[in-house]
Amino acid sequence: MNLNDDERAMRDGRDGPAVAKAMDLLCRYGEALGAERLVDVRNVAGTLGAATPFMRDFALKHGGMDAVFSEFNLDSDEVVEVPPFKVYTTHLQQGLDPERPKEFNVPEEIIRIYRKGERYAAERGMQMVNTCTPYLVGNVPVKGEHLAWMESSAVIYANGAIGARTNTEGRESAGAAALTGKIPYWGLHRPENRLGTHDVRLEVTVDTTADWGMLGYWVGEIVQEQVPVIDGLGPVPNLARLKHFGAAAASSGGVEMYHLVGVTPEAPTRETAFGANTPGETLHFGQAERRATWEKLNTTARDPKVDYVMLGCPHYSIEQIWEASRLLAGRKVHPDTELWIFTPRAIKALADQNGYTKIIEDAGGKLMSDTCSAMSRGAPEGTRVAAFDSAKQVHYLPAILGIQGWFGTTAQCIDAAVNGRFTAGPEI
Amino acid sequence: MSVTATTTFDPESYETEAIVLNGRRVVGGLAEGEAMVTNDHISGWGGVDPRTGSVIETRHELRGQSFAGKVLLFPGAKGSSGWSNTFHLTRVMGTAPAAMLFVEMTTKVALGAVVTRAPAITDFDRDPFEVIRTGDWVHVDADRAVVQVYRRRRRESGA
Repeated sequence: MNLNDDERAMRDGRDGPAVAKAMDLLCRYGEALGAERLVDVRNVAGTLGAATPFMRDFALKHGGMDAVFSEFNLDSDEVVEVPPFKVYTTHLQQGLDPERPKEFNVPEEIIRIYRKGERYAAERGMQMVNTCTPYLVGNVPVKGEHLAWMESSAVIYANGAIGARTNTEGRESAGAAALTGKIPYWGLHRPENRLGTHDVRLEVTVDTTADWGMLGYWVGEIVQEQVPVIDGLGPVPNLARLKHFGAAAASSGGVEMYHLVGVTPEAPTRETAFGANTPGETLHFGQAERRATWEKLNTTARDPKVDYVMLGCPHYSIEQIWEASRLLAGRKVHPDTELWIFTPRAIKALADQNGYTKIIEDAGGKLMSDTCSAMSRGAPEGTRVAAFDSAKQVHYLPAILGIQGWFGTTAQCIDAAVNGRFTAGPEI
Repeated sequence: MSVTATTTFDPESYETEAIVLNGRRVVGGLAEGEAMVTNDHISGWGGVDPRTGSVIETRHELRGQSFAGKVLLFPGAKGSSGWSNTFHLTRVMGTAPAAMLFVEMTTKVALGAVVTRAPAITDFDRDPFEVIRTGDWVHVDADRAVVQVYRRRRRESGA
């Protein structure tokens, strides 16, 4: 790794021991990757979450939150005092909603630790937006901006939809980036790795959010970690659609970058999207592929009686909450079914103000923040069958909790919450 | 760096000649132990239980088996950005692999190997999946990026 003078000074302790440890980790990480240098970043999305019994015991034994940060965010054997962060850093989703201890079945002590961890992070300049969708609440990168972001659904959104540049970072590299403003120049930071590898043509209209989720799930499974270029688009997708598309492609595969010809910033034309790359055989997404994807997403579903409807993976935008509240207005959630909707805290405040929270609560649903069922492993007690409008959540949650999971549109999920039964078929 | 081995080496069970692979160092150090080989990518968060070092992913060929103290050969990492943190926890909880050998480089696996601090090698001069089988004895010198494989002697079947 070639370090410049500033980076060398950080490594040698000019800015204190925590920054030196951060630079040491970035050097070890860069060498592991085979990177030759670091790149400046002014935008980090990471996590400090420590509200678990294991982390509580670790903090008690080794010296509080500085000890947790030293070990789990800097990979440092030595406990170092953690100074304010050098660059803009947002906190990703956490393991619980502190306003809902009962729903998440956590004792008061864990809520206290959660609040303490939040204060610790906020005092160092971390923005406690507590969401997998930082781009919904004040962290919207610019095309070409280098980032150090964790969270697969946020990484693919930043690269694909926005044209910013980030690899999928981890807790430790994001911690080190927050203290130094540096990350290895490797992978998607390099323009040549952002070019398309797979040629995809749409042969059905991909329009609804559920359609985009299915397309993402299908393409991710095929291309795995590579870069699909999708052509033949119908209506231009909005933010919610790209959010669901990316989250799905990053779940069935490990897609971190994509191009939509004529829509996304690095694909004004098909030729630009591929650059020097020559794609192989064209992949076609038609009626048969769509149907097969629906079947795959509904693999675990058998029983139409639904105990739990979960919306908000990735966290719902205000537009999606508005849509859900319109679908729910004047109706009641079935007495044997629970409806939980997840969104960032700041958007929940807006939903409260706009009256959507009241509509959802009057119908018997709950609007929550900071986490989701997969992150918290939290679902209504006794859940056997759940329904989701997210391909990502139906991929993960049935496996995590050992339950059945239905996938459908938002409207079908709301209907399932009201009727207590999921009755929709593949023609969605 | 000390040599870690959790299983005792019994020379009777292995071939005396080692097969040698050369690669690129990911994380330095020396280790030896029994090989655990999987053709499936490994998921960290949601795919491994760090308390036991066991793979828990549904339909994974190592499901229910622990890699603690083994020389783990796998294609690469997949899944959540919590990969490094999960493997970090295996080190803190004492269930980490003795060494990690893999072929597909990603930020997940690079950072995961770094924080696990197990000797790790990639970019081999021949396909390690054609050489290393579960149960072989493997010596990993990651400082020199050399792997020595002592194949487990198989009992003649049939005759």
